[in-house]
Amino acid sequence: MSKSIHDMGWDELVLGAAVHSFKEEIDYNPSQVLPENRDYAETNSKYKYVGDWRVFKPVWNTDLCIHCQFCWLYCPDTSILSREKKMIGFDYDHCKGCGICQEVCPTNPKSIIMFTEQTEEEEALNQWPEKKGSK
Amino acid sequence: MNSKIMELNKVEVWDGNMAATQAMRQADIDVVAAYPITPSTPVVENYATFHANGYIDGEFVMVESEHAAMSGCVGAAAAGGRVATATSSQGLALMVEVLYQASGMRLPMVLNIVNRALASPLNVNGDHSDLYLTRDSGWISLCTFSPQEVYDMNLCAFKIGEHMDVRLPVIVNQDGFLSSHTAQNIYPLQDKEACDFVGEYKPLNAMLDFSRPVTHGVQTEEDWHFEHKAKQHDALMNSTKVIAEVFAEFEKLSGRKYNFVESYKMEDAEIAIVVLGTTYESAQLAVDKMREEGIKAGVVAIRVFRPFPLKEVSDMLQNVKAVACMDRSAPGGSVGALYNEISGALFNSPARPLLSNIIYGLGGRDMTIGVLCDIYRDLDAEAKAGKLNGSIQRFVGVRGPELKYYKV
Repeated sequence: MSKSIHDMGWDELVLGAAVHSFKEEIDYNPSQVLPENRDYAETNSKYKYVGDWRVFKPVWNTDLCIHCQFCWLYCPDTSILSREKKMIGFDYDHCKGCGICQEVCPTNPKSIIMFTEQTEEEEALNQWPEKKGSK
Repeated sequence: MNSKIMELNKVEVWDGNMAATQAMRQADIDVVAAYPITPSTPVVENYATFHANGYIDGEFVMVESEHAAMSGCVGAAAAGGRVATATSSQGLALMVEVLYQASGMRLPMVLNIVNRALASPLNVNGDHSDLYLTRDSGWISLCTFSPQEVYDMNLCAFKIGEHMDVRLPVIVNQDGFLSSHTAQNIYPLQDKEACDFVGEYKPLNAMLDFSRPVTHGVQTEEDWHFEHKAKQHDALMNSTKVIAEVFAEFEKLSGRKYNFVESYKMEDAEIAIVVLGTTYESAQLAVDKMREEGIKAGVVAIRVFRPFPLKEVSDMLQNVKAVACMDRSAPGGSVGALYNEISGALFNSPARPLLSNIIYGLGGRDMTIGVLCDIYRDLDAEAKAGKLNGSIQRFVGVRGPELKYYKV
């Protein structure tokens, strides 16, 4: 796409509001290429910030995480960032704060906990709960 | 073309439903997702029979509602297939939400609507309330007046909607029972001839094209919605060029000529009625009777309801003194749709015929040649008097005291 969609009139848009994921045709399997190396089109949701939809945000406790990848697997918005089967953080531009990552986290206490959006990360980590159960 | 060919006679005896199904079979459709409803049930039933007997290579999907039927069609069309379905009345009403999705997503497909009254009271017979329900849905809407035309328009519909300059869904209307269940002689094309005419389906932005991953059915707000609706309207308005080309090509192949507006004895007509559907054929017989009485009557019927042939219909009515626009649908608190369209068509032209609106035939109430003759006689009297007989709108064929509205 040579021209930005923001400079287009009605006659230049793709009909039916179809949105192509990539700039050009691809001859590779995108699942084999890391997102940062994919040639996404301007209209890809990758470039659409929706982080402000969130009321609660997930916070990650690196001391407790066992890198089981459950959160990565279950996240409905591919907002868990993982490389070499290790969790590395969240994509806060696209996370909607649904809390599924907290729900599926198997550690005790949880390695991911939802806090209100305005809570600072350090403050959140200071409030982290103790291990539950067997004493 | 389907791998199993059906040998057809030069003349077949088909009703309108079978005519639609045979055209669908010949069009080599990838997916039909359908939910049967009277009087369009046989379209779906016949298609399922053809499928079961090996005459259809494509998929046939029985779904749980008409909303699902149209949704299935939208999904299959977005995936990159040729699709079609059929419905009537309440089924169409349930489909309406998805009709707007299909046209907005610019997905070509063919929908046979066997026109039937909308409840309540429940009624399975023919009127045009479902046809009118699709008015603003963004679909091309073709009208037929006989089973032969149902067959012909179905073949044309695929070709029109799928053209790269159009890419819009197309409705083929026929009157419930009067056309759908009336068997007549049909001159079909042989399978290869019909299939070649329709042509191979060319997908556009297909979801099954893995080299160009695409999202369909996106959300736009105040930033892009207007531009996309503008583009959609422009395609619909300019589809007239392709419709004319397809009609011309079909005439070459079949010898049957179709126009945006059909007419009978309008060349020297002094009074005219404008109709949709099978009333057109009855009116031709009434016109002949009127001419024996020395009344120069004519009849105009809209073939292409959307995009509306504003200029063509206006041109046809330039020399008449009185016109009755006949709406076969309860007008819901105003003049009938056809009256509105015709008034709009004439307003910027020199002609100022007396223009009245007749509401008739609701729920399948018969419109006889005798009643049509009475309408022509009334029009003739109005034309001679130079004014309407009291009101713009009146109901014809209803029991009880006379119903007239909008006094003049």
